[in-house]
Amino acid sequence: MSVAEFFDMGGYALYVWGSFGVTALFMVIEPIMLRGHRRAVLQRISRIVRMKAEEKV
Amino acid sequence: MNARLLNWFKFSSPATFYPLAGRLVPIFTLIAVALIGVGLYMSFFVAPTDYKQGEGYRIIFVHVPAAWMSMFIYLIMAFWAGLGLVFNTRLSGMMTRALAPTGAIFAFLALWTGAFWGKPMWGTWWVWDARLTSELILLFLYLGYLALQGAIDDTRRADRAGALLVLVGVINIPIIYYSVQWWNTLHQGATISMDNGSKMGVTMLWTMLIMALGFWAYTIAVALVRVRSIILEREADTTWVSELAEVRR
Amino acid sequence: MKARHKRLGFLAAGLVGLGVAATLVFNALDSNLSYFFSPTDVVQNKAPADHVYRLGGMVQQGSLERGQELTVKFLVTDTANTVKVAYTGILPDLFAEGQGVIAQGRMGPEGVFVADEVLAKHDENYMPPEVADALDKAHKGAPTGVANK
Repeated sequence: MSVAEFFDMGGYALYVWGSFGVTALFMVIEPIMLRGHRRAVLQRISRIVRMKAEEKV
Repeated sequence: MNARLLNWFKFSSPATFYPLAGRLVPIFTLIAVALIGVGLYMSFFVAPTDYKQGEGYRIIFVHVPAAWMSMFIYLIMAFWAGLGLVFNTRLSGMMTRALAPTGAIFAFLALWTGAFWGKPMWGTWWVWDARLTSELILLFLYLGYLALQGAIDDTRRADRAGALLVLVGVINIPIIYYSVQWWNTLHQGATISMDNGSKMGVTMLWTMLIMALGFWAYTIAVALVRVRSIILEREADTTWVSELAEVRR
Repeated sequence: MKARHKRLGFLAAGLVGLGVAATLVFNALDSNLSYFFSPTDVVQNKAPADHVYRLGGMVQQGSLERGQELTVKFLVTDTANTVKVAYTGILPDLFAEGQGVIAQGRMGPEGVFVADEVLAKHDENYMPPEVADALDKAHKGAPTGVANK
């Protein structure tokens, strides 16, 4: 199969790539967002822990 | 016997589950990447053309795994929901909460890829037949659960309300599965079933199973990452959290 | 008894009650949950005579007549009964004799179902072309893709 034929998917290009593309999009964005969320949570907790430590001093 | 039971319940404490989950994440990530990588390669370069649907049928390699996961995740959520309601364990609610967004995503993807498959093959993006409608209801159940979690401030109450919603909705899962048998539907019947084996070429079948396993490993990895963040948020006031390496940095 | 056992009991009772309720609801809705009527349903007058509904079955081999422009006539069968269908419009790619079809429209004069939409229904089999050819040679003329019931 040539590259052009591969992208054409026998005439079903819109449907095949529309499916695989959106699936890939979600399955890449979800982990990325999770990483961002974890970072935000850790930052927030670190700040509070540091503040509490300073209060005690 | 008592010692073994105690070992099990040890992991129902967020403090002990957190590091365990942390060790499991890279393992399942690796498995997911490997399986999905191989699966995608097979989807396009190994699985043969279909006699009727040509190259268009390849959508099956994301549509079916997404649909299977959307149902399976919901069942696992129902398991944790039931456990939480009966045993009142905090971690159960956290696990239910951790699985929901991924379940919702797969339900959406099942519907989206299904629509993109239906248009060229059936001649329409959507019909209100029993299977499609019940899968849409599943998406609404996921979204309803997430909305409930967002709306109720008290964590315990939110978990309990959410758990009840999940359990009430669980009847939808056998409906989705058996819809094509019980009623006349546009969606065709099962290609793979316990009683009748498979009606699919061997290579096609293996490609689909590998993708499904890959999606399953992905779900576990993602849910474990999410539950760790949920644990951190909910247990933020505890000593063990404040002493975590990633917090003290 | 322990609080936990009480909760388990309530949960179990709740789920059983839910199951019973759902069964009753679905028994009541059963026929309405089906997406189409079969030719046998139509012949037995189970399909509405005066409004739009969907007819599903298989396009009978050899029954397709192409008229002028985009008009077609064909027979829909469930191997027990057939209904004549007339349709003007574009047919889906997978529409073919011996394949499944769902037509939406209403019963017209002379027992001809006038369709305003025709969808192709395919079966659950997936196989490469060479396997399909081999099967064809083995079962010459066997139907594929019929209605669920």
